[in-house]
Amino acid sequence: MYNLLNNILGNEYLATIIAVALPLFIFILPYALYAVYGERKVSAFMQDRIGPNRAGYQGLLQSVADILKLIQKEDIIPNEADKKLFNLAPVLVFAGSYAAFAAIPFSGAYIGADIDLGLFYILAISSVVVAGILMGGWASNNKYSLLGAMRSAAQIISYEIPTALVVLTMVMVTGSLNLKTISELQTAYFWNWNILGGAFSGIEKFLLIPFMIVAFVIIYISTLAEVNRVPFDIPEAESELVSGFHTEYSGMKFAMFFLSEYANMFAVSAIVAALFFGGYQSPFGYLGNTIGISWFVPVEQLFWFTIKGLFFVFVQMWLRWTLPRLRVDQLMTVCWKYMIPYAFANLIIVGLITLI
Amino acid sequence: MKTREEIFNSLKQEFPRDVLEFQNVPVEPVITVNPLAINKICHFLRDVEGFEFDTLMCLSGIDDANGEKITEADGTVTIKGGVLSVYYHLYSIKLNHKVTLKVSASRENPEVESVESIWKCADWHEREAYDMFGFIFLHHPDLRRILMPYDWEAGYPLRKDYKNPEFYQGIKIPY
Amino acid sequence: MAFKTEEMILNMGPQHPSTHGVLRLEVELDGELIISVKPHIGYLHRCFEKHCEAMTYPQVIPYTDRMDYLASMYNNFGYVVTMERFLNIQVPERVEYIRVIMGELQRIASHLVALGTYGVDIGAFTPFLYCFRDREKILSLFEMTCGARLLYNYMWIGGLSHDLHPDFIPACKEFLRYFKPNITELNNLLSFNKIFIERTANVGILPAETAINYGVTGPNLRGSGVKYDLRRNDQYSVYDRFDFEIPVGTGANGTLGDCWDRYYVRVREMEESIKIIEQALEQLPEGDINTAIPKRIKPPAGSIYGRVENPKGELGYFIMSDGSTSPYRLKVRGPSFVNMTVFSELCKGHLVADVIAILGSIDIVLGEIDR
Repeated sequence: MYNLLNNILGNEYLATIIAVALPLFIFILPYALYAVYGERKVSAFMQDRIGPNRAGYQGLLQSVADILKLIQKEDIIPNEADKKLFNLAPVLVFAGSYAAFAAIPFSGAYIGADIDLGLFYILAISSVVVAGILMGGWASNNKYSLLGAMRSAAQIISYEIPTALVVLTMVMVTGSLNLKTISELQTAYFWNWNILGGAFSGIEKFLLIPFMIVAFVIIYISTLAEVNRVPFDIPEAESELVSGFHTEYSGMKFAMFFLSEYANMFAVSAIVAALFFGGYQSPFGYLGNTIGISWFVPVEQLFWFTIKGLFFVFVQMWLRWTLPRLRVDQLMTVCWKYMIPYAFANLIIVGLITLI
Repeated sequence: MKTREEIFNSLKQEFPRDVLEFQNVPVEPVITVNPLAINKICHFLRDVEGFEFDTLMCLSGIDDANGEKITEADGTVTIKGGVLSVYYHLYSIKLNHKVTLKVSASRENPEVESVESIWKCADWHEREAYDMFGFIFLHHPDLRRILMPYDWEAGYPLRKDYKNPEFYQGIKIPY
Repeated sequence: MAFKTEEMILNMGPQHPSTHGVLRLEVELDGELIISVKPHIGYLHRCFEKHCEAMTYPQVIPYTDRMDYLASMYNNFGYVVTMERFLNIQVPERVEYIRVIMGELQRIASHLVALGTYGVDIGAFTPFLYCFRDREKILSLFEMTCGARLLYNYMWIGGLSHDLHPDFIPACKEFLRYFKPNITELNNLLSFNKIFIERTANVGILPAETAINYGVTGPNLRGSGVKYDLRRNDQYSVYDRFDFEIPVGTGANGTLGDCWDRYYVRVREMEESIKIIEQALEQLPEGDINTAIPKRIKPPAGSIYGRVENPKGELGYFIMSDGSTSPYRLKVRGPSFVNMTVFSELCKGHLVADVIAILGSIDIVLGEIDR
């Protein structure tokens, strides 16, 4: 699509924007709006109440109302705050999560940027979020925000390690860093998904299954910590730090932080789905193929991809409203004393199995 | 388990000059002691076997208002002379008996020995008695106001001749 | 080169989501470790004791409601028990039983608030809503009886303000039947949750001697293993006719006297309250709900100190009378006021997140501390 547009327009930058930036933006915005609505409804049903049901039918226009409210709010900057950093922080946080979407395959026919280093790029660009959070906490000139920002930085950086180890495991199994290739390798039947051993034949496949499950659990928990969700949400621990690093933000900047949190949640869910659950592949074969309409297949793939991503986002919300929060030293203990040794052991054993 | 009468008699034997009298008032009789010796007596009550009063249930100040009532020019009544009292209610969890002690200190200079070193819960109770009545508890580690604002200048609220000031930090008080 | 490090003073100010009211905590931190905590109170001081000196004895009762506003029935209960001892009045049996039923229902409601808000402090949002949903049912029972949901003015000197509504007993039995499995659900969701245990076990350990010396009472003292409950030890009303246990902390998930023990004692106390209410409903006699008391209540000149077992601890009323119709001095010994003194001792050496856990486990209500 990029090539087509490049030929038509002749200008590289415009082609990039229309081919890559715009579709992703069009996807993220409504998704984030309705993820907030979805979270409120999910939490309400789990807590034996109803949730938003006034704005529009069943409260569906609640998010629109929220965005309109946030846009017209006064942009308050504390007097002693460092103005440049204060304004830059939400931009960085959003940019980090948004840029990670570029290397995620939405369907067989569309991937924002088909680079061979897909996973490596995603892990690297999500770390920009740490810089944004630290800036937000420091520039707010508020002891609570500073505490929250420091905790968040320690947490995200520590949990990158188990994530990277599991990614390494998957690279060993599938042989590629490009998420599109990994999705293609897990063909269109669910017994070929990586969580069930991958598209191999023979004893290798069955030996891999328990270790793939362990790897999935480790990466799911680590990515929960990366996006600052409960049980790892101390950076925004409401009861201790009154919103942590985004206490002092109001209006559109606050909306940016919120938007990027939900975008991040989808990004990591998409990565987990792509690595372990077949990405955009359907579990039962394609309707388009059986009927004979070949252009229907990418649409089906987009559908399956979105379903899987949204399912993992739903599980993240489910965990948020069920579990209490870990204390900061316990969180570090879980990472360094449990996740990393298990991930390492997993890596070695999977490596041995692939050699067989 | 001892009755109040027995406790009074034992205390009178131990501290003949400091334990003053046994007031048989309804409903609970009260033992009056010397305010500057309350610390010694409470040590005795807590540590000696047979008494073992390990909790201080309550410590409250009372304005006896038994001095001379003087009516000022603008109609307010102030009290000169007389005493302020502190009541101590002690209880023993082990032996299940209670006793009530009372000390009286002069209104102009209400000094009472602190019992904070014996029962730590007296800490805040004594601060409240100081805040509300003006007692000076000797050897208290941190005697400052607790319920009123720290810079309240207008006196001690629970005294019978207390009058609210007009202004506090620019806010008008009567409404 | 030596680094100059300074301690940071963090103000968990009067307005904060989890200080349970207007309490100011001045926390001196070294990184995340606590060096000292100084509580500052007095933001909710409403001069209750000075007011009482200007009112008659029955007029004091609505004011006692407003001290511990989450357990108003018990505040009333304490005051009328003390006054009835002072005046030497015997109330009818029916009144005693109704008072016990109301008191124990209030205990369940107060503990539900304590447990729910403790869960929110630790980070689990859902048990809070389940606890409040159950508490709504108790509040509608109270509304059925006396018309108010939170501040009742129900127990009067010598009797009650209203008799039980005819639908009260079946509604109460229905509530007990509905509530029993909810305690199991709360246990599964929160009490035995591994993360919750990690956050609360071995945190804020209160040894029994320290607790007794600091005057701590109620579930906090029982969590440290001391089996001391005023309903047994200093018997009042008709509690001696019921068969119930006094739960104490056992250190099952950590050390004896830690936050989990105090929390779990409250859960067990709710179960015991259900037993008491069931027995009281069975034994409830018919009769009059008011006894003859003089129009103007004038106790003899003297003083009395009466105490009851509030859901939060020992609630004491020191009433001194000079023979007139108004109290000469009415001092309330609020359990939270005394429980708060041990807080700075408990926090030493812990992290900032633990301050919230410890504060929640002591279960204070600022209305009672400041009066």
